[in-house]
Amino acid sequence: MNIPLVTLLGRTTLAFLAATGAVTSFAGEALRRAVQPPYYRRQILRQMMEIGYYSLPVVGLTAIFTGMVLALQSYTGFARFSAESAIPNVVVVSLTRELGPVLAGLMVAGRVGAAMAAEIGTMRVTEQIDALTTLSTDPFKYLVAPRLIAGIVTLPMLVLVADIIGVLGGYLVGVYKLDFNDATYIRNTMDFLQFQDVFSGLVKAAVFGFLITLMGCYHGYKSRGGAQGVGMATTNAVVSASILILTFNYFITEAFFAR
Amino acid sequence: MTFPKISLRGVTKSFGSKKVLQGIDLDVAKGESMVVIGGSGSGKSVLLKCILGLLRPDSGSIKIDGEETVGISSRQRAAVMRKFGMLFQGGALFDSLRVWENVAFGPIQSEGMDPAKAREIAIAKLGAVGLGPEIGDLFPSELSGGMQKRVALARAIAREPEIIFFDEPTTGLDPIMADVINELIVKCVSDLGATAVSITHDMASARKIGHRIAMLYEGKLIWQGPVSEIDHCGNAHVEQFIHGRAEGPIQMQVRKL
Repeated sequence: MNIPLVTLLGRTTLAFLAATGAVTSFAGEALRRAVQPPYYRRQILRQMMEIGYYSLPVVGLTAIFTGMVLALQSYTGFARFSAESAIPNVVVVSLTRELGPVLAGLMVAGRVGAAMAAEIGTMRVTEQIDALTTLSTDPFKYLVAPRLIAGIVTLPMLVLVADIIGVLGGYLVGVYKLDFNDATYIRNTMDFLQFQDVFSGLVKAAVFGFLITLMGCYHGYKSRGGAQGVGMATTNAVVSASILILTFNYFITEAFFAR
Repeated sequence: MTFPKISLRGVTKSFGSKKVLQGIDLDVAKGESMVVIGGSGSGKSVLLKCILGLLRPDSGSIKIDGEETVGISSRQRAAVMRKFGMLFQGGALFDSLRVWENVAFGPIQSEGMDPAKAREIAIAKLGAVGLGPEIGDLFPSELSGGMQKRVALARAIAREPEIIFFDEPTTGLDPIMADVINELIVKCVSDLGATAVSITHDMASARKIGHRIAMLYEGKLIWQGPVSEIDHCGNAHVEQFIHGRAEGPIQMQVRKL
């Protein structure tokens, strides 16, 4: 096939714009119906368990090793300038502002976003979503809205836990490997930490929670054509959520900290 | 003046350049069982989904009890949906819920019925399709295909609908189980006094559950009449279909719609 360059460019642009429009109207529709009764509380709680509680081990492990390696790496750098005392501060600020929300978001995207796309996609291809409609239950309210709400509410909690565990990882390396005084390490951590560092991270987490669940629901909901379609939906959900997380991360950082 | 329960006029539906339905006119009287037959890919499922409101036709009118349902709001749609029960081809049971929760789903979720009471109704409906109460605590994946069909039927009749739709109710079942399902369908429809619309390509099933038969071919209804007349209808397409011959005016479509 021989497609001229301009045609290819036009096609790609149109496909991108169409996808953006489709996702936006899907999100708008889901949010609009999420705020109207009836609310499916049991579904929301179930999703919160799934997104929050069951993600704790993987997010905790990610956080503790990230904190540990941060302390170790910044030590090898800062020791050259005799600036070791800045290490606790570097660890806590990097974790709360950036690494906590981004890494937790990426892990949850892989774990939860994929599962959501697969579950909703299978429901789509086996006509379970049509069955919901025929039982007078709005699939947006029953399937999509609880997941979005749970994502927005739960991810900040998860990130707060990740922040704490990550700082603990830095503390362990600092005190037991790099011979920091434990009281000094904790004081240096707290002294320079500002409310905005943690708060911006939690805002990011809420946005990421929305993006992950939105991508999982959107790709699952639109999947077509059996096992292959569901597999593609799962991949698309994880890839698009990851890219959106990294993109939005930059813009939220700019909104908070750019002077 | 009495309306037909379901009335379609000039219903069309296309996907891209493919015209699936090309002007369907169909009336189903109250208490009547209409069976739509046709080959794979003739648009039977699309027709059913248009009547149900899962797909929106491109043009034409679909009236339920004399009231237009094309282009109504989602709230009005939910009210119309209350009159419907649907048996999906693959059952479409919710695999995360137990059997009794599946059957009780309509009463609990859309009518806010107390779960304990809904459970009693679910057990009663399972009994009506020949399943014992112990089945209620299993998950759908633990049941055989025939049992899943029965559970799906119990779910379709749980809200005592006025109109029940059957999408290929006997596909994938052995002949004996197919006959059992056919008899259950006849019994459930007559017990409820409901109107039924079925789509199938199983002629044994069509003869058993139908009062009237309509044949869909290339997006149009090419014949309709009482079951008793189908054997001498004089339509070459219908005769080829009911006798299952490869040779005749119908050339099998290879591509899916």
